[in-house]
Amino acid sequence: MKEFSVLNHNMVPEHILLTEDEVKALLEKYHVTTGQLPKIKTSDPVCKEINANAGDVVKIIRDSLIAGKALSYRLVIEG
Amino acid sequence: MKRGVSSKTAQILCGAGFTLSKLKKASVEDLVEAGITSANAKSILKKIGTPIETSEEKVSQKIIDSKEGVSQKIIDSRLGELHLPPSIIDALQHDLKTIKLTETQLDEILKMTVDAYEKAKVEPCEAVGTVAAQSIGEPGTQMTMRTFHYAGVAEISITLGLPRLIEILDARKVPSTPMMTIRLKDEIKGDRDAVRKLAWEIEATSLLDLGDLSIDLAEMQIIIELNEKTLSQRSITSKDIAQRTRDKIDVDVRLDGLKLIIHPEQPSYRELLQLVEKLRSTALKGIEGIKRIVIRKEDEEYVLYTEGSALRKILHCDGIDPTRVKTNNINEIADVLGIEAARNSVISEAMDTLREQGLEVDVRHIMLAADMMTCGGELKQIGRHGIAGEKASVLSRAAFEVTVNHLLDAAIHGEVDELSGVTENVIVGQPIRLGTGDVELVYRGG
Repeated sequence: MKEFSVLNHNMVPEHILLTEDEVKALLEKYHVTTGQLPKIKTSDPVCKEINANAGDVVKIIRDSLIAGKALSYRLVIEG
Repeated sequence: MKRGVSSKTAQILCGAGFTLSKLKKASVEDLVEAGITSANAKSILKKIGTPIETSEEKVSQKIIDSKEGVSQKIIDSRLGELHLPPSIIDALQHDLKTIKLTETQLDEILKMTVDAYEKAKVEPCEAVGTVAAQSIGEPGTQMTMRTFHYAGVAEISITLGLPRLIEILDARKVPSTPMMTIRLKDEIKGDRDAVRKLAWEIEATSLLDLGDLSIDLAEMQIIIELNEKTLSQRSITSKDIAQRTRDKIDVDVRLDGLKLIIHPEQPSYRELLQLVEKLRSTALKGIEGIKRIVIRKEDEEYVLYTEGSALRKILHCDGIDPTRVKTNNINEIADVLGIEAARNSVISEAMDTLREQGLEVDVRHIMLAADMMTCGGELKQIGRHGIAGEKASVLSRAAFEVTVNHLLDAAIHGEVDELSGVTENVIVGQPIRLGTGDVELVYRGG
């Protein structure tokens, strides 16, 4: 038995925790509120790895089949 | 000053301030700048004795330099300014390297690329969900109804076709045929013996896999004759087996050579049969849930295909490559690797299922479905208990499934329908707020 971080798995895209300023800029850019973003739960294995708390926003850099790279955002919720 | 040069040319040269000594140093371009045709300039220089060849080479060299130098730098900066997806930028960068262009040509190309991209974008107010549903639904009618198929991997049967597609979109907790693809570390992936040993290590082995079972009704006991060859193959001794059986099932086990004699707690027929069932289902060795392993060689590396899935345990096994382990149980992926990995898995599983049937569906439709299924942070099915069941509108929910229940519940709770969606507006006979129906334009004739 050895430790394995799920962040290294091929199917898990890169998750980045955003700072408050970055969140503000993001919401302004897309004219949305945090509640309108897709969600991710605090119990999610990735959230545990990057120590995300409820209310944080994570930026996800996906490998897209169409665009090469695609950005996505998720609001961390209790769960 | 003449020396065989026409008087007109001489006049121009004098006007430009050329003296004989200056003229000797001058190159063709200098003369052209002064207003002499290049053919004339060459003949002048020839008469003076300046070596023309070198200056000509210089000229052509300069043109190439200027072309390449300007383009590459400009290409990069121009590409940086564009709002295009990285894949298109990469393709442009790659293709532009192979051709020589002027700046105007470059601008033209970029403009056309951007125009084509903007044209290809989905238009505002487009009913993307409906289009996605149709795009997945229509090929669904062509899919086979047959459930089992031996796809590439001999011996392991996998649910494919329509049943599998339904399974994916319904986000079933456990698929009907769970299966894993395990790739191995570089050190052992080419070594057949090491791979086989690892496979024995992982595969769940029950007592019944190791020998033949017989029930002795007269003595009320179970006798298992262990197979010596199997034991050495799986590197386990008869003593080990007896001990592990005692530990796991807590029964009286006696070892007599290669014979295991097991007594049930109470000597009853029912008890005996239950014990057999227990022996069958308990794994003495390996990972519970991995029922069978098939080893296949795929371009110079051995890959393990398993019947049954246990992602969390497999990830922590020695010898396997944890970054490339795959399972077809999407809920398990959501639990172990997170919601984003589950989204990727929904997309790849659905695409593979469709592709295997020879159907090409644009990945964007599947991506939309996967996004809807995962946007709440957990895997939701597309259906009554998931996305369709969570719609805000009563009429829309009632139109989908179990109509009466929804209407009754809504009446009891006094629900209000805002008539903001598509379905409810179709029901009440209003224009839907989609496409041109969502644009409020007033034409003032005059």
